[in-house]
Amino acid sequence: MRHLLDTRNLDRATALRILDIAEDMADTQSREVKKLPTLRGKTVVNLFFEDSTRTRISFEAAAKRLSADVINFAAKGSSVSKGESLKDTAQTLEAIGADAVVIRHPASGAPQTLATSGWISAGVVNAGDGTHEHPTQALLDAFTIRKRRFGADSRGRDLAGLHVVIVGDVLHSRVARSNVWLLATLGADVTLVAPPTLVPQNVSLWPARVVYDLDEALEQSPDAVMMLRIQLERMNAAYFPTEREYSRRWGLDALRVAALPEGSIVMHPGPMNRGLEISSEAADSPRSTVLEQVTNGVSIRMAVLYLLLAGERDDERGGDL
Amino acid sequence: MSTRTVLQEADIARALTRIAHEILESNRGSEDLVLLGIPTRGVTLAHRLAALIGGIAQTQTPVGSLDITLFRDDLSKHPTRSPHPTDIPAGGIDGKTVVLVDDVLFSGRSIRAALDAIQSIGRPAVVRLAILVDRGHRELPIRPDFIGKNIPSARTERVNVRLHENDGAEEVTIGA
Amino acid sequence: MSETLVITGAQLIGAKSADIVVENGVISEIGTGLGRAGARVIDADGLVALPGLVDLHTHLREPGYEASETILTGTKAAAAGGFTAVFAMPNTSPVADTAGVVEQELALGEAAGYATVQPIGAVTLGQKGERLAELGAMATSRAKVRVFSDDGFCVFDPLIMRRALEYVKSFDGVIAQHAQDPRLTEGAQMNEGTVSAELGLAGWPAVAEESIIARDVLLAEHVGSRLHVCHLSTAGSVDIIRWAKKRGIAVTAEVTPHHLLLTDELVRGYDARFKVNPPLRRQEDVLAVREGLADGTIDIVATDHAPHPSENKACEWQAAANGMVGLESALRVVHQSMVQTGLLGWADIARVMSATPARIGRLSGHGAPLEVGSPAHITLYDPSVEGVFGESDLHGRSVNSPYLGRALPGRVEHTVHAGVVTVAGGAVVQELDA
Repeated sequence: MRHLLDTRNLDRATALRILDIAEDMADTQSREVKKLPTLRGKTVVNLFFEDSTRTRISFEAAAKRLSADVINFAAKGSSVSKGESLKDTAQTLEAIGADAVVIRHPASGAPQTLATSGWISAGVVNAGDGTHEHPTQALLDAFTIRKRRFGADSRGRDLAGLHVVIVGDVLHSRVARSNVWLLATLGADVTLVAPPTLVPQNVSLWPARVVYDLDEALEQSPDAVMMLRIQLERMNAAYFPTEREYSRRWGLDALRVAALPEGSIVMHPGPMNRGLEISSEAADSPRSTVLEQVTNGVSIRMAVLYLLLAGERDDERGGDL
Repeated sequence: MSTRTVLQEADIARALTRIAHEILESNRGSEDLVLLGIPTRGVTLAHRLAALIGGIAQTQTPVGSLDITLFRDDLSKHPTRSPHPTDIPAGGIDGKTVVLVDDVLFSGRSIRAALDAIQSIGRPAVVRLAILVDRGHRELPIRPDFIGKNIPSARTERVNVRLHENDGAEEVTIGA
Repeated sequence: MSETLVITGAQLIGAKSADIVVENGVISEIGTGLGRAGARVIDADGLVALPGLVDLHTHLREPGYEASETILTGTKAAAAGGFTAVFAMPNTSPVADTAGVVEQELALGEAAGYATVQPIGAVTLGQKGERLAELGAMATSRAKVRVFSDDGFCVFDPLIMRRALEYVKSFDGVIAQHAQDPRLTEGAQMNEGTVSAELGLAGWPAVAEESIIARDVLLAEHVGSRLHVCHLSTAGSVDIIRWAKKRGIAVTAEVTPHHLLLTDELVRGYDARFKVNPPLRRQEDVLAVREGLADGTIDIVATDHAPHPSENKACEWQAAANGMVGLESALRVVHQSMVQTGLLGWADIARVMSATPARIGRLSGHGAPLEVGSPAHITLYDPSVEGVFGESDLHGRSVNSPYLGRALPGRVEHTVHAGVVTVAGGAVVQELDA
């Protein structure tokens, strides 16, 4: 795998391979010695143009568990008038000898620009670009759903027949986009729930159903309910009138969570707005996978870094494995 | 085509039976024995040895698999390999006599990786190595404790082990 | 003084091949077997002869942004594309909202000599949309400004737009509106549609263009004024113009070559060469604007040539500037999208790329048909060749073209501006004697 930029273009075989290797990585994390020598001598740079301690330390942990060297580069948001350009930053990393660049950037498409520019020879992992994609999040979410459903028998399995409901600001959510593509690739059935103002105009072509009413969606007995973080700044652009109204109509409160079928899980990519999109009852219930998602995130990121860095390098254009 | 068969089904069976006896002899019985096969065919052979040991000593010997992919030193020379599962038996390996089982011993690097893998899992009392075929050309100071057959080979030749459970046939061949 | 030219064997519109003689900057004779002693002979066998092209929408960047383009380099690019006149948009620094700046632009264009530069004046001071600029002063200046635009920005305040439309009536001026509702397009990066939803780029909905055009044609009707719509890009906009013209409203519209050919699918890959305002739209919109240009709903082609330095394009999409250079490729792109598809003939090309732009902009001496007595602004184009468009085809200071690497038909072989040869044998003449 030369780069991991999105799940839109991630084929089923590669996706399953990542999930299965993550199983192996997860197994090593329960050993006496969690560290593996696999990526010793490789340098992974975390190039974060947006603040994100959680994702950054997850990638850092993943790289270190594989004995790679980690360099953290917290760059200013790129704008023409201040801060170094993406091109100059990238070329500096190339000069340092980065083998992989994990990039989080506020501009959609920045990882793709970086990967196709010819500025660097390192592999690129998209850790979240604007409102476009967050592929490792979707992969760890799929891993979590699979693990909860199939346990020790997860290897090799896809998510065919499982129904996932994703609730929240779909319009601005890279987590939603990445999940829609990956879940569909893995055979799951996806329903998106949001106020009409937070659904993209042309979502009818996506492999997902759109429903405005949360209760209607939950009546379909989903296997997983994924709550997305709502950004309060959206209130100022009139996407919804008040927090209270949002929470009442689209929040996973105690009543709704109690009505979920046995075995349904509640997911959230974090950080949570407790009491807004997700109640404490939901977040703290045994159904909640919030903490496992974090652990699984490290395993998934270990698998991704392994696939990017362990084997022989593909030439220039490189595609998949 | 100069592929010749060096071990046939009966030869393999005899070699494994002998190794099973040798393991019991060297361990003075079957106590604290754990067999760990290196995927893929090492695991098959480990299961067969466990069955043979069970037949001789009337005991159940724990068997597991030990994947070495993540510990190899030659990853960047090949296309990316997918790891296989590592399955350590319930009693663990701390304080045990671990017998690593593999089909072919060549440069010794796989076994070096296996030793590193073991070290990340626990601390056996003793680690031994059982090999079906030793083809020479060691690059590291590794030597097997139990050998099925020594087969001299040229570096460029390929030694192929085929087992019923994995390949639907049973033989060891060497050829170009 | 320009030299005497004898152009032989050119294909004039609606005629068989003929010779054209140019003397003292004017077409003095048209016939066959013509000659003049000491004249420079241009062999135009197989070449289509068009009146010099006129671009109603060009960004020459001078004064203020000379790193991207200057009036000299921009008019060289224009000549390379077969243009003999360009209307220079006022989003310079300082903004062209005074007689002083427009006269400076005029002078720089005259000094360069490659094409006639006709300045466009800003509608509002600094293009801020709050107060009218001194439109009258610009109209009576040496630059004789008749076209006014805040291009880059929409004249959004309906009252200001109304006043501007009314005010320019006194000197036969026209307001050229950049139709973009700023509230509906805050932070917009590309056309709002299927592709933007997938790519996570903020959308620029068609309705933000259409709603302004709808408002403006009604205002123009109400005050009895002319209106020109810049770079029209959507099917809905074409429908509104068609409706307005049927009602007798004095509205004209332009379409860019890129909106005749390229769609928003090209944005996949986030290559900022395809970032432009208004954005590339859907295939349905491309087909609708082609039809609109063919049936006269859209009056002209205008390039919206917008040079940018490479650091403003070789970066992530969000940080990139909007715009494409287009002077050198315009005729070839229109050839591919409109002539090769049978929607327009060469007579129509002369109309939409020369005569009508000159008329809308009230630029006398340009756009006249190639006849005896017309000023010698001539473009000789070879429609039979094809080539891959490359940086060597660009003659301005910037290279932000969406056509690099793309096969395009045709080649401008010669351009003559006021009797002076500015392009010979496909190459820009570096030193003009005039």
